[in-house]
Amino acid sequence: MTDTDTQRAIDAVWRIESARLIAGLAHIVRDVGLAEDLAQDALVIALERWPQTGIPNNPGAWLMATAKHRAIDQWRRNSRLERKHAALGRELEIEQEIAQANFDAAPDDDVGDDLLRLMFTACHPVLSMEARVALTLRLLGGLTTYEIARAFLVPEATVAQRIVRAKRTLAEAHVPFEVPPKAERAARLSSVLEVIYLIFNEGYTATAGDDWMRPALCEDALRLGRILAELAPGEPEVHGLAALMEIQASRIRARVSPSGEPIPLLNQNRARWDRVLIRRGLAALARAEALGGALGPYALQAAIAACHARAPTAGETDWVRIAALYDALAELAPSPVVALNRAVAISMAYGPAAGLELVDDLLSEPSLKHYHYLPSVRGDLLAKLGRGDEARVEFERAAALTRNTRERELLLERARAAGKP
Amino acid sequence: MKVMVFIKGDQPSEAGVLPDAAFVAAMTAYNEQLVKAGVLLASEGLYPSAMGKRVKFSGSKATVIDGPFTEAKELIAGFWMWQVKSIDEAVEWVKRLPKPAGVDEGEIEIRPIFETPDFIAEVQAREGNANG
Repeated sequence: MTDTDTQRAIDAVWRIESARLIAGLAHIVRDVGLAEDLAQDALVIALERWPQTGIPNNPGAWLMATAKHRAIDQWRRNSRLERKHAALGRELEIEQEIAQANFDAAPDDDVGDDLLRLMFTACHPVLSMEARVALTLRLLGGLTTYEIARAFLVPEATVAQRIVRAKRTLAEAHVPFEVPPKAERAARLSSVLEVIYLIFNEGYTATAGDDWMRPALCEDALRLGRILAELAPGEPEVHGLAALMEIQASRIRARVSPSGEPIPLLNQNRARWDRVLIRRGLAALARAEALGGALGPYALQAAIAACHARAPTAGETDWVRIAALYDALAELAPSPVVALNRAVAISMAYGPAAGLELVDDLLSEPSLKHYHYLPSVRGDLLAKLGRGDEARVEFERAAALTRNTRERELLLERARAAGKP
Repeated sequence: MKVMVFIKGDQPSEAGVLPDAAFVAAMTAYNEQLVKAGVLLASEGLYPSAMGKRVKFSGSKATVIDGPFTEAKELIAGFWMWQVKSIDEAVEWVKRLPKPAGVDEGEIEIRPIFETPDFIAEVQAREGNANG
């Protein structure tokens, strides 16, 4: 093996093992920052030794054992320093023997629980959203600081600082390394799902011209979502999020034209939708539904995406079902954008007049004032109702609001067509 | 990135010899590890080539040939589809495959799957050619 081959193999081993390693160490030392430092120490030693010895048969066990030895060495060094200043020599020796026994006894089969604890800790609400994202990608995604920086278009130093500060915040707030108690579980889980979906959207909305690190974020988020689904299989919204991401990701190859312009869902070539991901998304949605109870917001969005995924052509879309799902979503997680999408679904299911009524209710909504989709939808409904002149005005308004050239052309074209008698 | 991972055929797989219970348990555990890591996308085993067919095209003629086909090494006995960060990660996962008892030799092939930018670039190239 050449040096580059070994380096790449070690990177690959790190990708596979690092999260479990950090989680297992955090279980022992009860501090996520220290756990990562110990894991990195073990990696440095691996980078020195493995090019000569070859990669061990069980690299994960090797890294864990190495990290534990480093921890014991460090503890001994710290105790020795303390003993110089304190008169508690014998007590410290006893503590050290107990600590060593704990290191040896820490069970390896707890690693699933530890990964879940690590996820909750990295997404703790005491951290800013940016810190949660950086820490999650670093500790659970195995991304380097450089990779995170490139993906979010910020300087590497900024990300490094974010991570350092995040670890310090967690230590100072004495955030325990645990799965949150029942009373906090829903809110804390919500935070984890929010972080993962934010990472996904960052990748999903990246355009073809962007650095390829950005769309790869979708894969990182998908992977985290799948891992979480296995760690917390009893949580329906976990499966809901996984389903939503799988189905949205299934459309990645169809969303962008050869010249790099975005293509709306209803105009996409469905032969380019990834059937493997659709199948996985529908399976994840089925798991969410099988757990019983009303669908949560992620599962509802996934169910809407599933309606599109199941339709062989746009014309065969089950709009009645989509409208019903939007009714539920508007109740559970209301927002102006949800209301607008609901209006579109209702117009497709029950006719443009029904949709227009709902759209008109949104005209004074401040957050939609600069959203081109609102006048675009209104124009479409007015055109279908034969109110051509009013439709033209709306399409022109929408064209003025959009920053996408191709979209503006399409809207102006619709304005011209609408104005004709 | 996504990869296809092909398990190459061998005499036992072509003879339809079912693996022993210990190996099946080890493979089940292995696949579970792949699922838990968020890596496994799809996984299937294939019947021996005796149950398969080939269609050969020559000009306008299509000829159907029944299996079995010779050259066990060039046949596929099963496949996975994995989501990995790099082909090197796929190699590491393959190294962790359980080995069937009494079988010394085996081969696994890893092939990267077309990614969006390649696809877009290819379609662009074709459409560019079509428009002259």
